[in-house]
Amino acid sequence: MSSSILIKNGHVIDPASGLDEKTDLLITNGKVASIGDNQEGNGAKVIDASGLIVSPGFVDLHVHFREPGYEYKETIKSGAMSAVAGGFSSVCCMANTSPVNDNGTVTSEIVKKGLEAKAARVYPIGAVSKNLDGKELAEIGEMKEAGAVAISDDGKCVLNPKMIRSAMEYASMFGLTVIEHCEDESAKDGVINEGEVSARFGIKGIPPTAEDSIASRNIVISAYTGLPTHLAHISTKGTVDAVRLAKAKGLKVTCEVTPHHFTITEDELESFDTNFKMNPPLRTKEDLKAIKEGLKDGTIDCIATDHAPHASWEKEVELDKAPFGIVGLETALPLSLKLVEEGVISLTQMIALLTCRPSAIFNLPGGSLKKGSPADICIFDSQKKWIVEPEKFLSKGRNSPFNGKTLKGKNIVTIVDGNIVYNPANL
Amino acid sequence: MPTATEELNFTGKNLIRMADLTADEIRGLINTGLRFKEVSEREIKKVPALRGKTIVNLFFEPSTRTRTSFEIAGKRLSADVINISASASSISKGETFKDTILNISAMKPNAIVIRHSSPGAALIASQITDCSIINGGDGAHAHPTQALLDLMTIAEKKKNFENLNVTIVGDILHSRVARSNINALRSLNANITLCAPPTLMPPRSDVFGAKITTDIKKAVKGADVVMMLRIQQERMGQGLFPSLREYARYFCLTPEVMKETKDDVIIMHPGPINRGVEISSEVADGNKAVILYQVTHGVAMRMAVLYLICGGTKDE
Repeated sequence: MSSSILIKNGHVIDPASGLDEKTDLLITNGKVASIGDNQEGNGAKVIDASGLIVSPGFVDLHVHFREPGYEYKETIKSGAMSAVAGGFSSVCCMANTSPVNDNGTVTSEIVKKGLEAKAARVYPIGAVSKNLDGKELAEIGEMKEAGAVAISDDGKCVLNPKMIRSAMEYASMFGLTVIEHCEDESAKDGVINEGEVSARFGIKGIPPTAEDSIASRNIVISAYTGLPTHLAHISTKGTVDAVRLAKAKGLKVTCEVTPHHFTITEDELESFDTNFKMNPPLRTKEDLKAIKEGLKDGTIDCIATDHAPHASWEKEVELDKAPFGIVGLETALPLSLKLVEEGVISLTQMIALLTCRPSAIFNLPGGSLKKGSPADICIFDSQKKWIVEPEKFLSKGRNSPFNGKTLKGKNIVTIVDGNIVYNPANL
Repeated sequence: MPTATEELNFTGKNLIRMADLTADEIRGLINTGLRFKEVSEREIKKVPALRGKTIVNLFFEPSTRTRTSFEIAGKRLSADVINISASASSISKGETFKDTILNISAMKPNAIVIRHSSPGAALIASQITDCSIINGGDGAHAHPTQALLDLMTIAEKKKNFENLNVTIVGDILHSRVARSNINALRSLNANITLCAPPTLMPPRSDVFGAKITTDIKKAVKGADVVMMLRIQQERMGQGLFPSLREYARYFCLTPEVMKETKDDVIIMHPGPINRGVEISSEVADGNKAVILYQVTHGVAMRMAVLYLICGGTKDE
């Protein structure tokens, strides 16, 4: 069991309990023991958080940790270390490994490796269908028992509407939500957003309608069945509008957005740089504006990174041959803080989008600093400027579109379950 | 037409896409091409300009016409020309594009001509190596030497590019030839009209700064230049149009359609032509077609490009 930790003089913000003040926070036995001024640690390790923000550890509903099968891209250990470097204490990893996480044995193995990593909490997401083929349901019950927190064929869309409905209905028996990667067949062979850049440079486009059509389909099924649907990494104005409408009708529709989709646009692809290639693709300025609106008015439930590491040699190829995906865990915080600086959302809203709101979607522990909560905490400096140097990432992935950029805001300490798992500055 | 003194305006190390060139550089290249045309008319078709220089034709997708044109151009300048095709090299053994470029560069050629199915391949290659890169066509992105030889053909037949009416008909969506010509013609202030079924036109066609129509008769009305694009049969399988028969019904350049053009119109086609599909035999073989001049000019223009990029001295 971990020893006590006293975090002194930090600006403690916990949207879940409405806390927002400069105070001290005491951790004992892996739990938040008390919050209040001038606490005595009685031998606890003291962390001086003066000038820093103390937040619940961030919760990422969408990462790809590549193990088993693609350990050269990322292992559960390296991914979990990358997570805590970025301030994340909990991550949910998608099922598109090799073998696919479509049965309890693979799920158990991921849980075991996650615990061994002694970094972020690693929650497996099981597959909807066996081998992500979209044909037969995976053994959802067994995966739930082994520790799966949601199910998804992410990377692929469940195209068959009968199949996605079955998955939602069957998973509801285990209290699991189905996550959809919204992409219909019109996106086939597409490389970047279908728009101005694809037209000018003759690059195959992925139309925004590819996302909107599936998002709308899932909303319709959710309305009909009364079951929840969670839409992964939404990227278009059309989908933001559809989710807003669904929420107004009181439907159980939730969604997430990635930091890159609220920061950069298709214009970056003029460089043909494969580190700007991901799926869904970077969209237009209008889409970016709609996403910011959605974050502001609560339509978008949370920020998730879609952290997708690849080996450098896999990305150093022609644009249309490069795999989709970028790393995101270690740059998510400063990109989110930029929204605060721009006045799109408040700091409290930002923290909510990274903590209590995502954890509520899958009923995960953490995401709050209420007394008795698991001591999952990050302490960050919202003003510290740093230059993104991917070779210094704890992730094995170097595929960041923000390479060389100066960002503002850096995580300093991460505590998971009362243990300090990240503290390079030795606070 | 531009004067000879402008011809050395192009001093670039690479030729990737027309959008990178200034109007003066384009005019300089056209003039150099026109001057090289004469070499091909000689009995002994060789000048020593690039003696001792090595040019690699690195072709990742099949091409007879462009590869042959570059090869003849290089040889007429006395360069050593080596052809490498994807099927005959380590590319098929799984070597990455980057490693292929690095390996060929390590043999120290003066220039590499790259043909590739992926848009941006030539640009990426130019970021990998210090060797000069000439884009011989990359996916639907760019084909700058084709645009230059087209412009050279227009320059020989027409007085000025300013306000020249140029119509391009066919598969704009998948055409690197169209994109390169559009970029170049815009730099030179020509008026551009594009004509295609909506399925073969990108949704954001407004980026081309051109007039857009689906009616070929309206498209060619008052045209000084009509460029027809090759239609590829495989697009039918992608559901983009029903049949070659129906395509021809609406988009074939026939004598009937030709009535709408100016009398001194010139008809161009990058080849190879599909007779009776995008162009009727009467038009292709008629006195307004300059399709074979384009092929001849291809050699001269590629001589000009190789000469200016490889820094030869034209000591005849």
